[in-house]
Amino acid sequence: MNANLHLWLIPLLPFAGFLINGILGRRLPKRIVTTVALLAPLAAFVVVLLAANSVFSYAYTVCKGCTLTTGSIFLPYVETCPLPWINAGLLHIDFSFVLDQLSLVMLLVVTGVGFLIHVYSVGYMSDDEGYARYFSYLNLFLFFMTVLVLAGNALMMFFGWEGVGLASYLLIGFYFQKKSAADAGKKAFIVNRIGDFGFLIAMFLLVANFGTLTFSEIGARLGANPAWQGGVLTIIGLCLLLGAAGKSAQLPLYIWLPDAMEGPTPVSALIHAATMVTAGVYMVARTHIIFDHSPFALGVVATVGALTALFAATIALVQNDIKRVLAYSTISQLGYMFLGCGVAAYSAAIFHLMTHAFFKALLFLAAGAVIHSLGGEQDLRKMGGLWRKLPITFAVTTAGVLAIAGIWPFAGFFSKDAILYAAFLQGTSGKILWFVGVLTALLTAFYMFRLWYLTFLGEARSPQGHTHESPWSMRGPLLILAALSVCGGWIGIERFSGFLVPSVGARVAETGSAHLEFILTAVAVAVALVGWFIAHQFYKQKTELPAQLAAQYRRGYKLLAGKYFVDEFYGATVVKPLLGFSKLILEWVVDVGILGGAAWLLGGIATFAGAILQRWQSGNLRSYAAWLAAGAAAVLLFLMIPWATAIHFGWAGH
Amino acid sequence: MSSFLQQEVPLSWYLLLSAALFSLGVVGFLIKRNLITVFMSIELMLNGVNLSFVTFAHQWNAVKGQIFVFFVMMVAAAEAAVGLAIIIAVFRARATLAVDRIDRMKL
Repeated sequence: MNANLHLWLIPLLPFAGFLINGILGRRLPKRIVTTVALLAPLAAFVVVLLAANSVFSYAYTVCKGCTLTTGSIFLPYVETCPLPWINAGLLHIDFSFVLDQLSLVMLLVVTGVGFLIHVYSVGYMSDDEGYARYFSYLNLFLFFMTVLVLAGNALMMFFGWEGVGLASYLLIGFYFQKKSAADAGKKAFIVNRIGDFGFLIAMFLLVANFGTLTFSEIGARLGANPAWQGGVLTIIGLCLLLGAAGKSAQLPLYIWLPDAMEGPTPVSALIHAATMVTAGVYMVARTHIIFDHSPFALGVVATVGALTALFAATIALVQNDIKRVLAYSTISQLGYMFLGCGVAAYSAAIFHLMTHAFFKALLFLAAGAVIHSLGGEQDLRKMGGLWRKLPITFAVTTAGVLAIAGIWPFAGFFSKDAILYAAFLQGTSGKILWFVGVLTALLTAFYMFRLWYLTFLGEARSPQGHTHESPWSMRGPLLILAALSVCGGWIGIERFSGFLVPSVGARVAETGSAHLEFILTAVAVAVALVGWFIAHQFYKQKTELPAQLAAQYRRGYKLLAGKYFVDEFYGATVVKPLLGFSKLILEWVVDVGILGGAAWLLGGIATFAGAILQRWQSGNLRSYAAWLAAGAAAVLLFLMIPWATAIHFGWAGH
Repeated sequence: MSSFLQQEVPLSWYLLLSAALFSLGVVGFLIKRNLITVFMSIELMLNGVNLSFVTFAHQWNAVKGQIFVFFVMMVAAAEAAVGLAIIIAVFRARATLAVDRIDRMKL
């Protein structure tokens, strides 16, 4: 007995909010705009909560060994629109929404954190001219994101995938009068296109090899053929990974995310930290069955994740813009999630996705509160000593920093530990991945505490004027997220992965012992504390030390501060040749040469013919009359000649 | 003699006359420089055609041809009225009736 969950409401409510605020927002009073903008995600969240309630009540009755009651549901629960979307030959694609354990967790995060960030935005954006436009975009994002999460087939997912890219583009370029913001939006969109290309190729390959894009059917086909390994599945996996790397800002496509910080800070929190960028991880977990059949693709996922985690963490060490530190930290944490996926610990990756959504949204929102109270200042070097002026922001940031650094008992500790433990159990290559992960954890603790010290402790390094705490609409979400950052991990990886098993499968090769687990945990926490200690030394005790080190290792410092010059490298190897090619071949040869030449030639012929025929139009009445007479005579003559008559009748069809 | 008088004028004679009148009209239209003469040439062409209409109407004992001629004469009268008015207007504007010099309409 399946209750009706009305999943379709989850995306459509935010979409209604988008339509109302997008079309009428300019003319509506601000109160109504706010109400609509907040009600839509809240209602969606409530629908998700009702669904979750049915799911958990089902689990409860099973635990007790009772029979099912009405109101309980089986997972996966599928909702399909009676009208098909595409029906072409053997290919059949429906509008179908699927609720299983994986999408339920993701939905709770997306709509829950999404709603909190909507509330926060009310305070943060209150003085902005584009208030209604902002909220309509934000609601649009929630629509696409929930479609992506609920999608029952790859094409639906791709629709949401492209849609969140659009919303991201619109919101990064929200201050479109600013050239850097408009450019950053374009950059995000174009870099994502490269990833989307991979996703598309993967879909074509899926259709060619499976004849369907529905996840459950693909899973059933692969489940029936356990011997089917590698081959085309590896190619599909790598193409999917390319798509995921674009959306989730992994090497080599991560370059758009730091620039995406041009958008309003709540947008960075919602889209570029908590939800959209985790879509790649979600997609890998959703298609895990393909990766499970291709160890090579899985290895590539793990390698990309580990490298990205380390790479982004090293850049974050020396950044001075508070939002950029957080952006590189996001890339690094996403690398952890890919590392988790790559060692087939999907539930650990999703666990980290969830806790990361809590503490990274918190950190971004707190950073937004700091920036807001300082009147738009984002440079860490000009902050300092804010803990006295912003006590609440200071407290919640502390919770977030402890969580991301992985210190017990904060949320990040549990999820990061779960990933590292899973990596360690993966043979020799797993040890290397584990080492990279631990090294990254050290760097993470260091740069997060660096941010913490520079922002809140010490003395103010520039006149800060009249700073004040944020309004309650901003403080409320901060406090809730702080609570989640503290408690979010307490559910524990065993129970969490036990819940997710039906969706992502159980991990095989669990050979660890409680003893080993304890040692690894101790190492992780020790490393985090070492990172804290170093940051304490650098930014509290001997504040002149960082500058000395930077001077001593100038080259290394420049390399990091310049973000390894990857942007410049891409500019020289991809953008410049492409622009040159466009300029030389497309503009001069094709556009000016071929197209322009053809237009010029046709125009020339017409002009030339006109110049000749112009003489006919002499304006002389008698010449016109003579031509008329000559024409009449010609027709007469034509009719009188016998063979011409034959032709004439031939034309008429006789 | 009487047999000669009783003989009808052959069809071809009428048609030849008609063609001759029409051709004279065409030639006059083409070579004359005065607008009024050109106008008269048009009348000549119309009447050349009228003659052939009447000829064939008589030949085939069909009254349609005769009726057509009345129509042509009526239209010609109207055309003469309008045409002469235009000629007067042109003369007032340009102080000439030379066809070759009334060529302001060309580009």
